[in-house]
Amino acid sequence: MSELVSAWVEKIRHAAGSATPLRIEGGGSKRFLGRTVDADVLDVAGNTGIVSYEPTELVVTVRGGTPLAELEGVLAGQNQFLAFEPPHFGPRATVAGCIAAGLSGPRRATVGAVRDFVLGVKIIDGRGEIMSFGGQVMKNVAGYDVSRLVAGSLGTLGIILEVSLKVLPRPFAERTIRFSCSESEAIRRLNEWGGQPLPLSASAWADDTLTLRLSGAWAAVDAACVRLGGEAVDADVAAAFWVGLREQQSGFFNADDSLPLCRLAVPSVAPPLALGGEQLIEWGGAQRWLRTDAPLERIRTRAAELGGHATLFRGGDRSGDVFTPLDTAVLAIHRRMKAAFDPAGIFNPGRLYQGI
Amino acid sequence: MKVDEETTLGERDADFSAVDKARVVEALARVLPAGALMYEAEDLHPYECDGLAAYRALPLVVALPTTEAQVVAVLKACSALGVPVVARGAGTGLSGGALPHTQGVLLSLARFNRILDLDPHARTAVVQPGVRNLAISEAAAAHGLYYAPDPSSQIACSIGGNVAENAGGVHCLKYGLTVHNLMRVRAVTIDGDVVEFGNHALDAPGYDLLALMTGSEGMLAVVTEVTVRLTPKPQLAQCVLAAFDDVIRAGDAVAAIIAAGIIPAGLEMMDQAATAAVEQFVHAGYPLDAKAILLCESDGTPEEVAEEIARVRAVLEQSGATEIRVSRDEAERMRFWAGRKAAFPAAGRISPDYYCMDGTIPRKRLGEMLTAIQDMETRYALRCINVFHAGDGNLHPLILFDANQEGELHRAEAFGAEILELSVTLGGTITGEHGVGIEKINQMCSQFTRPELHQFFRVKAAFDAAGLLNPGKAIPTLNRCAEYGRMHVKDGHLPYPDLPRF
Repeated sequence: MSELVSAWVEKIRHAAGSATPLRIEGGGSKRFLGRTVDADVLDVAGNTGIVSYEPTELVVTVRGGTPLAELEGVLAGQNQFLAFEPPHFGPRATVAGCIAAGLSGPRRATVGAVRDFVLGVKIIDGRGEIMSFGGQVMKNVAGYDVSRLVAGSLGTLGIILEVSLKVLPRPFAERTIRFSCSESEAIRRLNEWGGQPLPLSASAWADDTLTLRLSGAWAAVDAACVRLGGEAVDADVAAAFWVGLREQQSGFFNADDSLPLCRLAVPSVAPPLALGGEQLIEWGGAQRWLRTDAPLERIRTRAAELGGHATLFRGGDRSGDVFTPLDTAVLAIHRRMKAAFDPAGIFNPGRLYQGI
Repeated sequence: MKVDEETTLGERDADFSAVDKARVVEALARVLPAGALMYEAEDLHPYECDGLAAYRALPLVVALPTTEAQVVAVLKACSALGVPVVARGAGTGLSGGALPHTQGVLLSLARFNRILDLDPHARTAVVQPGVRNLAISEAAAAHGLYYAPDPSSQIACSIGGNVAENAGGVHCLKYGLTVHNLMRVRAVTIDGDVVEFGNHALDAPGYDLLALMTGSEGMLAVVTEVTVRLTPKPQLAQCVLAAFDDVIRAGDAVAAIIAAGIIPAGLEMMDQAATAAVEQFVHAGYPLDAKAILLCESDGTPEEVAEEIARVRAVLEQSGATEIRVSRDEAERMRFWAGRKAAFPAAGRISPDYYCMDGTIPRKRLGEMLTAIQDMETRYALRCINVFHAGDGNLHPLILFDANQEGELHRAEAFGAEILELSVTLGGTITGEHGVGIEKINQMCSQFTRPELHQFFRVKAAFDAAGLLNPGKAIPTLNRCAEYGRMHVKDGHLPYPDLPRF
């Protein structure tokens, strides 16, 4: 155990003993996510470095504080990448922050989310105990899948010391094409294409424009472009577009930010939201970003009606229900799960839900 | 007491000897219709084991509910009486996960056998847990869709069991395991609460309890409904068969394929002993002089497949393959696969008994593992044939023995235990896809530390505080670990000998 980690263990034991809450922070790039936590910061950015990387095993094990950009650079050196295309939301974004936030980028609908690529974690729990779950292999059903549980838990279950991730080779070919179409037409087409063996890797609809990315073998991408038609987008422009989308820095996201940004996760086939405001649709229809003055309750009701849920992603009241409230029985399981990992309730209390 | 010495209720070696069969029968008869409750010995026998037939036990009673309300009522009754409950799907599991509890209720979900909804536009199917894996793909076929995870027992195994075991298959390097292809699970807790994890969107609020449920071996809740993601069927699949005069070289070729940026739809390896065993059984046309053969499958559009196959062929040539054959048509592709899929039955044909292991190791350690297995063959004086999901490092050594020969069973057990322990030492795991169940529970003590095992019990207690769901499986009590010296398992005779196992 490094000196740094031993110091954290001490600090955690002490905090647990005195029930002193801690706000776990790496690069601070996703500080805006979730509910406000009023607590002293435990800075976990210092625990850096790649523990092991075997390109031919498609696995990398990396310390939590490692900058996401550094990891991506190392993978790029071997022509590999994190296929879930995590948003950074800032130059200091860390790997542990990426896992804890559980946010996936444009490729999510076709390759999977952060949790789909998590193979193992090493954490410190709220007792100051260091534990490892999962491992460095693709297939592993020994014990409960705690590593995937940790993904997206917003630091409420433990501090991520290390994570093992499945990585993939970069696609041989990538092309972006564009169509003019309405919202309902975009949703219809995206779902139709999604049911066909096409090499889709990302989609975005806003301002009556549907942008599609195709990735894979050259032959497959070229054939799909011919079949789908549309207007070809220059490779550099396309690359900037998808990064801008992932980082929420362009177009729709740059517009009026006086209104809160809501994220609706709905079935891809869900019809237009009809909630007014401005909208951007990703993930083949399954992720809808919305800026509207409609009340959050109304947005939540609509999301639930469609079979999904709505998150107050940026802005608005950060002390309220930022995430869709859980059913009673599921909430009770959450409370007990939180207590199982963090009995004194010291890790990011309230970041996810009140009391969790 | 130190914090890490705290124990949860389910963690103690539970004593259910006070369970009164008459009271259980009476309570369940009140909530189940006629014909849904069995408690006479002759009715219980069909349920005495799952696919790991070496372990057998008669449950107190078997409950066969047909509705979720009945499942709720059964679980509430069991909870009130403190009776263990073991959920069972099709009973094809290979690790004894559905082995009945002698003082408990065996809860069969076999009658939950309907596909409730199949939406080709949304590419989802809502199914009851007793629906067979393959039945989903059959129902989706008309729409050009299928359910990707294809465990070898897919013609018989149920989706509920697949969820419980996080079932894999030969295509999971490219298409993922069960956990990657589930959208939503509806389940009943031991308290009788109906809960849903996941939804028909791509994520759900709160902790990822859907992932946690997947592979939890019936320890957390009883699944009553599942939504799976359907995948567009590839237009074409083609398979390359490559022969090598050295096993290590074959392993290196696997690494070279991955290094070339290729993720094949399937990537399997067999050693010479395995090839010889299956060849006399199915006549797949495998080269018998090869020390190892690789099967590498590509799927997609015809253009895509042609491009990938060319790439694979180039890598295999550079990797020193002594022979490369590319399937020319569907019949030949099926023939290439027939041998691989017949490995388990072939083992049963050349040996009175065999014992199948399921460790996963980092692929680069394959050479060490195979060398060690060779050494073990000498030490235990038993033969072992090796089939390997090479793409994802999941090794299935089949230890051949004859239970009627004095000492062979014992040696096979010790042989298997040593392979599992070595899998952990090499940085892998004791089970890649068959689950821990009762079979590998002792090896869990080697793979996890005391705090980690404690934590597993706490996770279970968050769902099942009294420890009534499938007690004694998946996670060993610390007492058990303390007593564990060597693994003691019986022969690995498979029921359903006709089912392909690979």
